[in-house]
Amino acid sequence: MVETPLITTRDLSRSFDSIRAVDQLNFDVHPGEIFGILGHNGAGKTTTIRLLNGLLKPSGGSARVLGVSPAEQGPILRSNTGVLTETSSLDERLTGRENLSIFADLFAVPVEKVETRIHQSLKTFGLMNRADDFVREYSKGMKQRLALARTLLHEPRLLFLDEPTAGLDPVSARDVQDLIKTMSQQGRTIVLCTHNLEEAQKLCHRVAVLRQGKIIALGSPRDLARKIYRKSQVQIDVSREDQDAVLKFLRRKDYRAEVDENPELIVIQDIDRAEIPDLIENLSAEKFSLYQVILAQPTLEDIYFALHNLEESRS
Amino acid sequence: MNQRAVRAVIRKDLMSVIRSKGVMIPLIVVPLIFFVLIPVLVSLAPNLVSMPGLSLQELDSFIQGMPAGLQNELSGYSESQVIIVLMVVYIFAPMFLIVPLMVSSVIAADSFAGEKERKTIEALLYTPLTDFELFTAKLLSAWIPAVLVAFLGFAVYTAAANLAGWPLMGKLFFPNWMWVILVVWVAPAAAGLGLASMVLVSSRVRGFQEANQIGGMVVLPILLLVIGQAAGVMYFNVRMVLLLGIFLWGIDGGLIWWGVKTFQRERLITGGG
Repeated sequence: MVETPLITTRDLSRSFDSIRAVDQLNFDVHPGEIFGILGHNGAGKTTTIRLLNGLLKPSGGSARVLGVSPAEQGPILRSNTGVLTETSSLDERLTGRENLSIFADLFAVPVEKVETRIHQSLKTFGLMNRADDFVREYSKGMKQRLALARTLLHEPRLLFLDEPTAGLDPVSARDVQDLIKTMSQQGRTIVLCTHNLEEAQKLCHRVAVLRQGKIIALGSPRDLARKIYRKSQVQIDVSREDQDAVLKFLRRKDYRAEVDENPELIVIQDIDRAEIPDLIENLSAEKFSLYQVILAQPTLEDIYFALHNLEESRS
Repeated sequence: MNQRAVRAVIRKDLMSVIRSKGVMIPLIVVPLIFFVLIPVLVSLAPNLVSMPGLSLQELDSFIQGMPAGLQNELSGYSESQVIIVLMVVYIFAPMFLIVPLMVSSVIAADSFAGEKERKTIEALLYTPLTDFELFTAKLLSAWIPAVLVAFLGFAVYTAAANLAGWPLMGKLFFPNWMWVILVVWVAPAAAGLGLASMVLVSSRVRGFQEANQIGGMVVLPILLLVIGQAAGVMYFNVRMVLLLGIFLWGIDGGLIWWGVKTFQRERLITGGG
């Protein structure tokens, strides 16, 4: 049985005066998924989160989130979603514990559970020993962890994380990414807005690439790679003694082969994936000492820029 | 109405205000001047009439210029007592309204414009609070402390005025019914005026300071009342303060009605009025 999507958008659009911030978005997000929304600054990521939480009303199209219309039933919807905004939005004049306590009340966490829930959150996010310090005394990484703790306090079914690692040092960023992975493993559905492509590659099951408010690509990073890169790149690890013979053999077969930057490897450009099994068979038949054949996967960053260049050339 | 959530916003705003020096300094200094310093200075006033350049004839001619009703009110007092009663009971009555008005407008500036400036508003917008609940919470978080300061200030002013005036008055002379109505009926309306006007201003400014500077102009009508009374054009009696209260509550009602209509998440995010 196919699970009902938690988010469905159909031609969802939003304009600000003459500017089309979000333009006919169509996508579904399924339970347990980490769904990435990628794009440059101003691509429409934050507007999409605001539309999906009922902070903005659409100019056209529709959305259903957790079975309700965000524009019509915002308060009900927001009691089941958690949103980490791009700036942590913490009250810096309050302590970490006070910030959590206020939001526990705002999200109607059962009164008898508030203390335990806050204690548990502070522990999970490594803030226990600074819980009663003012937030203004926290580092940026600590603030982001506290904001994440606040986002999870009411145990939402659906999380929206807007640039969760923006401005963090590499260690804090990795901590936050690990927390996101853990939340996903606990079965939460996460919508992750980011322009950090490495992060999206690490975390997301599927991504939507936004450009000027439109989705220009949608799918898993691997699917997108297949759509864009019909030809692949293969690296072959052969013994040093066989390297020249292998190069000659490949060139005779009209492959674009050369020695890689790493001199242990031979690299073949623009090869069709379907040809790879034959290639391995032929090399083995020639009795070359073949250690490994590596299909070089394009990164999400390669895909992202390829998509943008494609759109650029179209427009 | 989600009362627990509304209380949470009020708690958050008040905790935030109490911990901000920039907000607290005017909230402490101004009431101290009005409720403590002024009655103490007034107690010295009868000594001033013996100073060179001031005479009882001048005081008499000043009182002759006052409305007949006020002259009647002052008729049973000696000349020295008249100075105290005139100042403590009448001249400073409209000035008393400045305090709740100022307290509510300073807190509202911090709560609306300040929160926008500190970028803490967005997290609140993503909570299950409805626009109406959020607006109500923001109004109450400025209005409740302003009214409490007014009530507390009135108690302090009463004590200070009676203590300072005792040597000359020889009895408890303050408050009268006009003051009771002023505090219970008009002061909460003045607090409402301060915060409602700040709600108007806050959506159009970038931060706390700017909101305070523009919103501070709401004190001007109160100063007109002070001048009007000192010039003998009118004076604060029971009927006058009852009418003033109706007038202020009417303005408050209009401004709050407009605020409820226009206070929407969309506008807060997109910066629309």
